[in-house]
Amino acid sequence: MTTSFAFLADMWTARFAILSGLGVTVLTSLLAIIAGSLVGVFVGLALTFGNRVTRIAARVYTDFVRGTPVLVLILASYYILGTVGLRLNAFQAGILALAVFCSSHIGEIVRGSLQAIPKGQAEAAKAIGLTFAQSFLYVLLPQAARQALPAWVNVAAEIVKASTLLSIIGVAELLLVTQQIIARNFMGLPFYFFAGFLYFLVNFGIERFGKYVERRLAISAR
Amino acid sequence: MGYILNFAVIWRNFDLLLAGLGLSLLLAVISILIGVGIGLVTAFVLNGKKSLWRGVAVGYVAAIRNTPILILILFAYFALPQLGIRLDKLQSFILTLALYAGAYLAEVFRGALSAVPKGLREAGLAIGLTEWQIKTSIIVPVMLRNALPALSSTFISLFKDTSLAAAIAVPELTFYARKINNESFRVIETWTVTSLIYVATCLILAALLRQLERRLAIPR
Repeated sequence: MTTSFAFLADMWTARFAILSGLGVTVLTSLLAIIAGSLVGVFVGLALTFGNRVTRIAARVYTDFVRGTPVLVLILASYYILGTVGLRLNAFQAGILALAVFCSSHIGEIVRGSLQAIPKGQAEAAKAIGLTFAQSFLYVLLPQAARQALPAWVNVAAEIVKASTLLSIIGVAELLLVTQQIIARNFMGLPFYFFAGFLYFLVNFGIERFGKYVERRLAISAR
Repeated sequence: MGYILNFAVIWRNFDLLLAGLGLSLLLAVISILIGVGIGLVTAFVLNGKKSLWRGVAVGYVAAIRNTPILILILFAYFALPQLGIRLDKLQSFILTLALYAGAYLAEVFRGALSAVPKGLREAGLAIGLTEWQIKTSIIVPVMLRNALPALSSTFISLFKDTSLAAAIAVPELTFYARKINNESFRVIETWTVTSLIYVATCLILAALLRQLERRLAIPR
């Protein structure tokens, strides 16, 4: 039997399917990370500078989302939103769930890095007459971003990994495509291994990229 | 829209959800216990001299940390039998979760090991303990107490990761939630209650573990 290399032929046959799955994985992750980061910055702001009401609301939001498994978030987003009349397809519902998950983690990271900035910075910004928006954009954000970068990269890799869960609601991302191929040829071993290897490459790439950006942005003389 | 909330079917099946929760917790506890063992050994190997074993440990941690856990679960359940390793659902899930926890804990423990003061080892040598005795009765206990906060957050995220066992039909909380959802179509009720159960359990676990951390913290 040539079973040991038969999977290479199957892999070649399925190359476009695997590539499109990889594309969907990258696309969903990217959209979720972008949307989640944008919302997360506001969540972090609310957690740090909000008045009592917004702070508590943001706290409940982050704790609720962080206390729920991503799979439950995805299933809830897919099933509940359809029931209340907001018709999203699996792709949209999945991205929404991932973005919500991402935003709660980014929110905590932003809060942590904002609180790590010495108080004097905000006071100095106020003293020279910057508005809150200006002092945030020009003084706090650049410093917080440096602080938050390593954790942010971690969350990005986490989202790529969590995107596999979208296969459960039927988004044809890399894992679901892999499962479809396996359902056809029963070669679970090589194809699961290959999918895992592709995820490894993507996440390893993200990690390397994060390290690179971190080095570029580091303040040399402290 | 005309959707009227009706929690009756949830309450009727609440014992199923609780049974699922129990299995989720059990899976998390067993996995973290095995994971702590794996993590300890791996951390010592990682901190040791350059060797083939250290290469293996680095590869293990990098591979597990960069691969989605769902793939690991499916691999262990569907692909390992093709290598002749037959495990049932629970065994393969616990194996996966333990290996997963082990890789994350290895990093945690490695950091905590480097934070153990050198003087402790020297003091151990001075009173004539062997290397093994120093490790088991001085370094590991001190290190574990330092690593406890990270250990408890790993445990909580592991508890949430048990929801993935639903993918291979292990009857834990998410599995029963999907079952109730599919049978009753009480979509909003099912997922709200399920999320609340998860959140409440996480909050209670966090509070309990914080108590434990406070009690076991090394006094300064």
